[in-house]
Amino acid sequence: MVPLSYYLVLSAILFACGVTGFLIKRNVITIFMSIELMLNGVNLSFVAFAAKWHALSGQVFVFFVMVVAAAEAAVGLAIIIAIYRARETLNVDQMNLLKL
Amino acid sequence: MSIHLVLFLFFGAVAVAGAINLLAQSHPINSALSLIAVMAALAGEFLLLGAEFVAAIQVIVYAGAIMVLFVFVIMLLNAGVEERTKGSRVAIMFGIPGMLMGSVLVAWAVLHSYGQDEVVAGALEGAPRDIATLLFREFLLPFEVTSILILIAIMGAVVLASKPQAVQKRKEH
Amino acid sequence: MGTHALPIWLFIVVSAIKSAILLFVLLTAVAYTVWLERKVVGHMQNRWGPTRVGPFGLLQPAADGLKFLFKEDLTPPHVYKPLYIAAPMIAVIFALTSIAVIPFGNSVVIGRYTIPLQITDVNVGLLLILGITSIGVYGVALAGWSSNNKYSLLGGLRASAQMVSYEISLGLSLVGVLIMSGSFSLRHIVEAQQGHFWGFIPRWNIFQGQVVGFFVYLIAAYAETNRIPFDLPEAETELVAGYHTEYSAMKFAMFFMAEYANMITVACLASLLFLGGWNGPIPAWLPYPLHVILPVVYFVAKVFVFLFIYIWVRGTLPRFRYDQLMAFGWKFLLPVAICNLIATAVAVTW
Repeated sequence: MVPLSYYLVLSAILFACGVTGFLIKRNVITIFMSIELMLNGVNLSFVAFAAKWHALSGQVFVFFVMVVAAAEAAVGLAIIIAIYRARETLNVDQMNLLKL
Repeated sequence: MSIHLVLFLFFGAVAVAGAINLLAQSHPINSALSLIAVMAALAGEFLLLGAEFVAAIQVIVYAGAIMVLFVFVIMLLNAGVEERTKGSRVAIMFGIPGMLMGSVLVAWAVLHSYGQDEVVAGALEGAPRDIATLLFREFLLPFEVTSILILIAIMGAVVLASKPQAVQKRKEH
Repeated sequence: MGTHALPIWLFIVVSAIKSAILLFVLLTAVAYTVWLERKVVGHMQNRWGPTRVGPFGLLQPAADGLKFLFKEDLTPPHVYKPLYIAAPMIAVIFALTSIAVIPFGNSVVIGRYTIPLQITDVNVGLLLILGITSIGVYGVALAGWSSNNKYSLLGGLRASAQMVSYEISLGLSLVGVLIMSGSFSLRHIVEAQQGHFWGFIPRWNIFQGQVVGFFVYLIAAYAETNRIPFDLPEAETELVAGYHTEYSAMKFAMFFMAEYANMITVACLASLLFLGGWNGPIPAWLPYPLHVILPVVYFVAKVFVFLFIYIWVRGTLPRFRYDQLMAFGWKFLLPVAICNLIATAVAVTW
């Protein structure tokens, strides 16, 4: 049997990797992927706690996280495409103006 | 060591390696592929926890739909290798030690407070029927709200990704 | 007849034997589906198809296989190598994996043990197949991207957009069947279709009001497997060969195998979900071995019918235009699938 804390530590490591990616990456798509990584780390702890406390609502919450992630991916990628059209770059350092 | 722990460590190692590879790769498509590996490994972890349905949905929705969108956009924009800038160097200098410290801190806290509390694998059968009952009874309102959220997101994506009319008019002239 | 569970070592041995046999049968079936396609399309177009190698050209698949093995394996200089090599492997691995959860017959009783004719019976078998096929998209998409060639890139883009769009209709068309049987396990779904109405109409899902779902599934599955009339990712006349333009020899053969293995999976799934799988008339006076063999024969026959329809459609229909394809998927197929789902749910609740 696996201790619950192992799952939580794994989830924390994934979340920390996501945060780091969000901070150090300069490509806007990779930054976006780091956010997905964070969400995945959180999902793991949801499922682990669901197994621990015998509460299925933990798994139901994973669905809500996935739905929000899907919505976010759709809108976010559309924004990225729009930015790329206007600016022809994916580097976040060059997206420093609100106007064209 | 039980077979359970071995499997946990295997999938965990794959997930962590994928996450670190996501940071290390400079080309977005490699990062996307390592993220897919992370998601597949997490699906394995979900299976270990007895959440079969969540594992299947993880593969179908996350790895099979959301990440396909990412790969599609990377291909569409022909995204190249990431540029290194001054800001990114500073971020690496502070970010990576920060991440290490943060994870060590959290790991210590978690191990300290939960200790060897064990999860009995497969004790909670994540049967689709039970999840559906919960989803459509207790969580009906959040469920409906998320469906509206999805609808708004679809419309937003269509509006944002379609070419702005000003650009189109300029091209016509 | 006992129903003892197998001891673990015997279980592993039996599973290994089943996997080996099934993989062998699947690969042979892939080779001979290619032969069947060339032969049938040939006859439809007033040609003979392969005739030279062996009687009726039956050894043509073997000759083709040898040719693929001995051809020079070119790697163009401008490709992104790791993904260029990995892409065909991804495609073929996921195409062959999905056969693992497909049941192809009843159980065999040998001595004290009952052995189901299936590699593994998973609770969420149907979802597993959907997941595996949705991962298979990466093979095509990455092949198109890593070839670094505009035709390949267009093919890869088309493939990923097309598969994501049609996957929704595919999934929704299956929900009708799930509502009727109340299980994700393919074995349960087939067992729920046993019996007859009024003594002669079999209780298959297609005769239980899932006709619309069946056709939506079939159309969406054709799009998922990139077959005519939805073969825009390949589209010889406009994109040269789409995502596999830059591939040769064994790597090309892997894409080929993946496509036909996917066709066979789709055919298996269609017969399991809508046509009652291995259910069929078995007279009670037959000896026991026939009770095991006949269902497998029925199942294979149904799969064969679907493969034939695949080829028939290929010989009949022209290719869609890309905007037509997207409009058809989103504006026609998806609403029809949703209506079918609602109608089934209402009917079952009553």
